[in-house]
Amino acid sequence: MAVDLRAHYSAHPEKRATLYFLALGFVVFVVGSLFGPFQALNYGGLDAYPLLRRLLPFLNSYYQGLTLHGVLNAIVFTQLFAQAVMVYLPAQELGLRPRMKAFWLAWGMAVVGLLTAAVPLLADEATVLYTFYPPLKGHWAFYAGAGLFVLSSWVSAYVALELWWRWKRAHPGRVTPLVTYMAVTFWLMWLLASLGLVLEVTVLLVPWALGLIEGVDPLLARTLFWWTGHPIVYFWLLPAYTIVYAVLPKQAGGRLVSDPMARIVFLLFLLFSTPVGFHHQFADPGISPFWKGVHSVLTMAVAVPSLITAFTVAASLELAGRLRGGRGLLGWVRTLPWREPAFAAPVLGLLAFIPGGAGGIVNASFTLNYVVHNTAWVPGHFHLQVATFVTLTALGTLFWLVPQLTGKPVSEGQKRLGLTAVWLWFGGMLLLGLGLHWAGLLGVPRRSYIVGAPPDAYADPALTLPKLLNAVGGVVLLLALVLWVGVMLGLLLPRRREPALLEAPLPLAEAVSNADGRRLGRALDRLGLWFALAVLLVAIAYGPPLARLLEQLNPVAGLRLW
Amino acid sequence: MDEHELHRRVLTYERGWIAFALGMLVLFLALIGYTLGGQLAGVVPHGEAERVDPARVRVEGPWADPARLVVKTAPGRYTVHALAFAFGFQPNPIEVPQGAEVTFKITSPDVIHGFHVEGTPINVEVIPGRVAVVRFTFRRAGEYRVVCNQYCGLGHHTMFGRLIVVPSQGEAVEGDGR
Repeated sequence: MAVDLRAHYSAHPEKRATLYFLALGFVVFVVGSLFGPFQALNYGGLDAYPLLRRLLPFLNSYYQGLTLHGVLNAIVFTQLFAQAVMVYLPAQELGLRPRMKAFWLAWGMAVVGLLTAAVPLLADEATVLYTFYPPLKGHWAFYAGAGLFVLSSWVSAYVALELWWRWKRAHPGRVTPLVTYMAVTFWLMWLLASLGLVLEVTVLLVPWALGLIEGVDPLLARTLFWWTGHPIVYFWLLPAYTIVYAVLPKQAGGRLVSDPMARIVFLLFLLFSTPVGFHHQFADPGISPFWKGVHSVLTMAVAVPSLITAFTVAASLELAGRLRGGRGLLGWVRTLPWREPAFAAPVLGLLAFIPGGAGGIVNASFTLNYVVHNTAWVPGHFHLQVATFVTLTALGTLFWLVPQLTGKPVSEGQKRLGLTAVWLWFGGMLLLGLGLHWAGLLGVPRRSYIVGAPPDAYADPALTLPKLLNAVGGVVLLLALVLWVGVMLGLLLPRRREPALLEAPLPLAEAVSNADGRRLGRALDRLGLWFALAVLLVAIAYGPPLARLLEQLNPVAGLRLW
Repeated sequence: MDEHELHRRVLTYERGWIAFALGMLVLFLALIGYTLGGQLAGVVPHGEAERVDPARVRVEGPWADPARLVVKTAPGRYTVHALAFAFGFQPNPIEVPQGAEVTFKITSPDVIHGFHVEGTPINVEVIPGRVAVVRFTFRRAGEYRVVCNQYCGLGHHTMFGRLIVVPSQGEAVEGDGR
């Protein structure tokens, strides 16, 4: 069937831009993920890096590969996915066209930032890992590129917020539709959260790397980094939450049980995401234990919206399972559409999110944290969270989003292969997650080339099983990745397009209870006020400790030790 | 089930779940508060900013003076001036007596390092220009490994130290505190 793609894209230019963000994001995801198995093998006690170096001659060390993996997967892929869906979804829901110049400007800034940072990364001039703690000193182009890349997200925030303002002006007194509400709280949260990183990069790191200032205070830099470094995990997480709230119940054949509860969840993230960064710095000197305690309490508060999400999403899925004829205590689970990768991927991710979240509570617990701080437990934790739940949700989303953006159909065979890739990814991550947590409890440090340590350093027989889990997990994940790339190429390469797919509406779920027309809905909608409260909370939690750090500045000289 | 009844039942479960979740978090916070009062209070690095010049710590001050690396400050109390540097620790080994309260004052002359005494909650970020101060009493005699667990450069994975807890006289090598 002939499809006039040009006409469709000129009527819906946001689809083309969204596709560009997604395509770049997933290319980055694939490239970054290729390094992962080699790190997993390292934690399995096997040195596959010589092999990788033969394939990629520019690679000088384990730590250069680790830097690439962290930057590309954790920072670049996640942000590009957010810039795609958290603009596209509200635009479709409201039926408004985004300001296209700004939308493309954001894409251009992201590309230029990424390329600028990539040169020193590939040239081994910025092997500082994705936390880039000074006084390790990378090339200025790395900091400048990373800064420009992050700033491109501010332009995306403008594009999404402008859609909302335009809708609000046209619909005075109406409560914001749910997906748009999620997008607006998400971007407001990120504007506040990203301020720390943007300040660190623009005021401290770029001038320092250019030689304009002599030294940087490493503790101040760490504090600004973690101002952003914790809420950035919600920046990764909330696009996935948006999808499991707004789309997943529909794919399951049911409805979202509570629209107001979903709003409360996103509002709590707006309030509590940012003033929690010190729980990454429990082990730092020179920060008052009182303020660490405050951040520990606030971190527990930010667990609340995730606990509510567990309930609301599970209840929505149960409702769907029962509508599909499921009976008994757990009989409804079997009736759900497990053969659809768009359904199975996020749901498997949510399952991994349960132990991952419990581990997160351990990390946030002031005194318990010292047992696991900077051990392999920590990457074990975030591989269950971002590399399993967020990533699987993103992979699953492509099965309905790509047809909507391109008109290309997903065949039954592709679904089956896609489902296999999803299960392999899930299984591989569970093995790796278990192995890394376990090794961490036995004292194995994170981000360490342990196969290069003295031969007896990690020879403890107790490490045999966790190391095996890491190695097997890494190999399974490599298989999953290769299979998934095959599925995507099979989906994208054929030229056949179907107009019905292009015209299909967003698969948004209806809610059992709604917010529109209710006092609660209107109160939750006063986002200016809520944002002011979020700013106030950050000012309270960071103001006094930051003021003290500034009083007691102690800049030190930079070093390159790689 | 009609719409109204469904909504009502979901709300009941939802309230129960939220109450349970909040209750658990309050319990966790109470446990954290309780542990902060005991032995673990010492492993939280001091909040006071003790600043040093990383370029000078190896030539002047307590970290440069072999006689002051491990000092007995009072009966049963010791202070250890430890240095984490690329890529090792000083002194190495650190020797302290069993059952003594040991205050570690740790700093770095170059980049950020970790100082994790394996099997204990002594787990500190060592930041150049700052002194990390933590306190711990080793109840179990024997040798502990100190591991750098913060990326510090190409030799990071070779950065280990030793800490030897010498059995105190008159006491058996038991009394494992863990």
